[in-house]
Order: sequence, then C-alpha cells, then structure tokens
Amino acid sequence: MTTDLDQQIGLWRGHVERRRAISARDVDEMEAHLRDQVNDLLAVGLDDDEAFLVAVKRLGNLDAVSQEFAHEHTERLWKQLVTSEEAAPRPSPDLWVAIALAIGAAVVVRLAIALLSPERVALNASVLVLPFVTGYFAYKRRPSGVTVAAVAAAYAGSALVLNLYPFEVDGSTIVIAAGHAAAALWLLGVGVAYAGGRWRSHRRRMDFIRFTGEIIVYYALLALGGGVLVALCAGAFAAADITIDDILAETVLPCGAAGAVVVAAWLVEAKQSVIENIAPVLTKVFTPLTVVMLTAVAAAFIASPDVLEVDRSLLLVMDLILVLVVGLVLYALSARDRSEPPGLFDALQLGLIVLALLVDALVAVAMVGRVAEWGWSANKATALGLNVVLLVNLVWSAWLSWGFLRHRRGITALERWQTSYLTGYAAWAVGVTLVVPPLFGFA
Amino acid sequence: MRIDKDLVAASATPLVLGILVEGESYGYAIGKRVHELSQGRLAWTDGMLYPLLHRLERLGYVSASWQVSEQGRRRKHYAITGSGRAALGEQQRQWTVVNETLDRLWRGGQAPAGVFGGA
Repeated sequence: MTTDLDQQIGLWRGHVERRRAISARDVDEMEAHLRDQVNDLLAVGLDDDEAFLVAVKRLGNLDAVSQEFAHEHTERLWKQLVTSEEAAPRPSPDLWVAIALAIGAAVVVRLAIALLSPERVALNASVLVLPFVTGYFAYKRRPSGVTVAAVAAAYAGSALVLNLYPFEVDGSTIVIAAGHAAAALWLLGVGVAYAGGRWRSHRRRMDFIRFTGEIIVYYALLALGGGVLVALCAGAFAAADITIDDILAETVLPCGAAGAVVVAAWLVEAKQSVIENIAPVLTKVFTPLTVVMLTAVAAAFIASPDVLEVDRSLLLVMDLILVLVVGLVLYALSARDRSEPPGLFDALQLGLIVLALLVDALVAVAMVGRVAEWGWSANKATALGLNVVLLVNLVWSAWLSWGFLRHRRGITALERWQTSYLTGYAAWAVGVTLVVPPLFGFA
Repeated sequence: MRIDKDLVAASATPLVLGILVEGESYGYAIGKRVHELSQGRLAWTDGMLYPLLHRLERLGYVSASWQVSEQGRRRKHYAITGSGRAALGEQQRQWTVVNETLDRLWRGGQAPAGVFGGA
C-alpha cells in the first residue's frame, strides 16, 4: 500500500474519530476492515483512489453508522447529542434553567433558615434542595405525567414524615431520618427523574450511578473553590475590622451549598467529557491506595484485637469503609470499557472487596458479643443493618467478579447486580426513615 | 433484487452467529462470507456490522479478542460462546417456523400471485 493511500486513510481516520460515539478502538477495528477491503479491490485491478473510494462507500453513511454505535454504547450517546458537527457554539437555554433553579434552591434554603430552627433546616435539607435538581432533569428529560406525579409524591411524603414525626431535637433518630431520607430521595426523586421515568432500565441506572460519582467530584471541586473564596472574603473583611460571620453562616454558605448542587448537576451533564477523563484516573489511583489502607487496618486488628472492644464508633467507621469500597467498585464499573478483557485492575478490585469483607468480618465478630452488653440503640441498629446491606452486595460482587476474572462470566453480570441493587438501597433508606424513629421512641 | 432493510436487519444476528459457528472470525471476513453465501444478493452496509458485533458481545453471545495478522494488521476476532449457540438455536427454530409458514402458503397457491408479486 502506498504512502498516498496511507495518507488518505489517515484523513479518513481523523474524520471518523471526530464522531465521538465511535471510540478509538472502534475506529481501529473499522480501519482494519477498510484496509482489507482496499487490498482486495487493488488485487482485482482497481487503482489506489478507486479502491479507497469504493471501500469507504461500502462502509456506509458515517452518520448512520455512528448513530448505531451511539445506540449500542449508550454511555457515549450524549456525545452524539452534544457534538452534531455543524452545531454552532451558542449558549444553550439549559444553562439559564440551571441558574434559575440554583437561585431557587438558594432562596428556599435562605427562607427556611429565616423561618425554622437550625435542626429543622438540617432535617429538611434534602426536601428543600433536591426538588430543584429533580426539576432540572424533569426539564431535560420530559418524563411522563405519571413519573412527575410519583416523584412529587415521594417529596411530599418525605416532607410529611420528616415534619410530623415528633423527633427529640438532640436525639440520634433525627439525624438518621434526615440522612436516610436524603439517600431515598436521591434515588427515588433525582434518580427517577434522571432516568426520565425509565428507572427499570439497567442502562439508565448505570448512567445514574455514573452521574452520582461525577456529581460528587464536581461538588467537591465547587466546595473547595467556594471555601477558598469565602475564607478570603472573611479575611479581607476581618482586616478591615468588619465582622460578617453571621452573613457568611446564614446566607453565603448554606445558599452556596444548595445552589452548588444544581450547578454541579448541570456541569456533569454539560461538561461530561472533562470529567470523563478524571473518573477512571481517580478509581485507578484510589483502588490500590484503599487496598493498602485496608491491609494496614486488618493487620492492626489482628495484631491487637483489644482495640476492637473499646471503640463503639467502629461500626460506623466500618460502614463508611464499606460505602467507600462499594463506591470504588461502582465508579470503576461505570467508567469501564465493557469490551476490555479482565486484567490486573479487576484482580486488584477483587482483592479490595475481599479485604473489606475480611476487615468487616473481624469487626462483626467483635461487635456481636458487645451489642448484647451495650444494648440496642438507634445508631447501632441502623449501622448494623447498613453493614448487612453492604455486605450482601459485596459478597455477591466478589463472587461475580471472580467469575469474570476466570472468564466464566461477562462484566455485564456484575453491572446488572449493582444496578439491580439500587432498588435494595432505596428500600433500605425508605424503611429506615419510616421505621427506626418510632421504634426507638424518636430519641 | 434488493432485500428490504428490515429483513436484512432481522437476519443479521442469525447470519453472524451462524458464520461464527464455522469458526472464529473478524468483521471483514464475516462480511465477505455473507456476500459469498448470498451470492451478493444480501447487501450489507459494512459499517453496521460493528455495532451489531458489539451488541452480541455485550449480550455474551460472542467473545472478542485483538489479534495481529501475518501482515501485522491488528484485528478484533470474534468467537461464539455457549449462550451464543443457544441463542442461534432459538433463532433457527423461529426462522424455520417463518420459512415453513410462508412456504406452505406460497406453494399451496392459496394467495393470488399479485398480492406479493405485483408491487
């Protein structure tokens, strides 16, 4: 094959690669096809140009092909949507909708601070802020009336339960209810709206998991930037001998935190390609680090088992570790190229899960004896329950992941398990919000 | 004769799986085999083959691996899996029913030729 032809194929490659629904690997595969075809055509007597043109023509209309690719790889679908080739860079109305909703969230939070006690505001935080994120996705996805009604009912129900339950203000059930209601609303409110009502679809669920991971990264970045800005502002005013602590604490911080949730949601949708490069990197960095951390923890527990008997908050820490591990597994899964065969990283991830299970088993054994002695409290019951919920997920994930490493099963099995399990989390969060406070006398 | 594009799409999965039963293969060779088998009458848009192969891979019907040919060309090879064979069996049963039904109807002469021959 001549250099001229190579050059032409290079140009074709560049042209195809601009279709962002077609990944570089897919282009590799199609280039091999193109070259095979060109060779065959050259062999029957066509010249370079003719062979190239016929081969390209036979591959078909690029728009149609790339649409097929986007259809098959829905995780790339948004690229197809945001990068139609002729689209002019004009500001989209999405931005204005997002800004309006962010301001709405900030105003509602400020009003709540003015009208309610601080504990009530904290308790209702999810009911106050998440409807605005949900509203953004309702605007983007245009779900059916039934979906909108169901989501609205979830918010109304949560608001009623949270505010009609006679919580003791400094009790622990109020904190438990607030946290679990937020988790439930994230899945049943934001999640359902994000999926445009098609919440049964595994792909939509996986997209939502990816969205959740990415919004955490964006929110952390915004919080960091906002924090620096607020600190600088406070410093400047302090230097001028003006105290603005009240304004910061009552207006700037809570309103900023509320508005940032909507802005982060918009960012994830609009600037997906920026973060898409960060997500896999973060997982690749933190999975080995977490393995190291868990090894150290496990070694410490085995070396001096008496540590386990002292600290009552250990169970909570253990839950957080399991949440982190589940998060890493989900994040890695959502950023994974499905067509890649099992590799070293998958083995490392299985190691991570097994280590987490080992540490959890050590803690559980120590705790079971102790719980009887301390008696049950709302915190302990919830922490233990959450531990079981996460444990079930991880045990089965380990099994599926083992099957994948041994080429017995596709990665899809693990994906399906995780996406199906979202229903379990939602049920758990709703159950805890409803049952735990009355069970423990709202203490 | 041009085969209707819906019919081409419907027959693509059993065709690809059937060809892979003959042995591991790659996109271009699969396309060529279809051309050969249909004596050029089943026209595929070559590019469409790849999204289809990726779908079959996701469903677990085929497994894929990158290999390098003697000419040093990197190619993605596809091989049929157990569940792919099962899916092919199911498709074969379905196609047989469709075939037999149409065959009985048309051979029996119960339909006037104009209904399907005219347009």
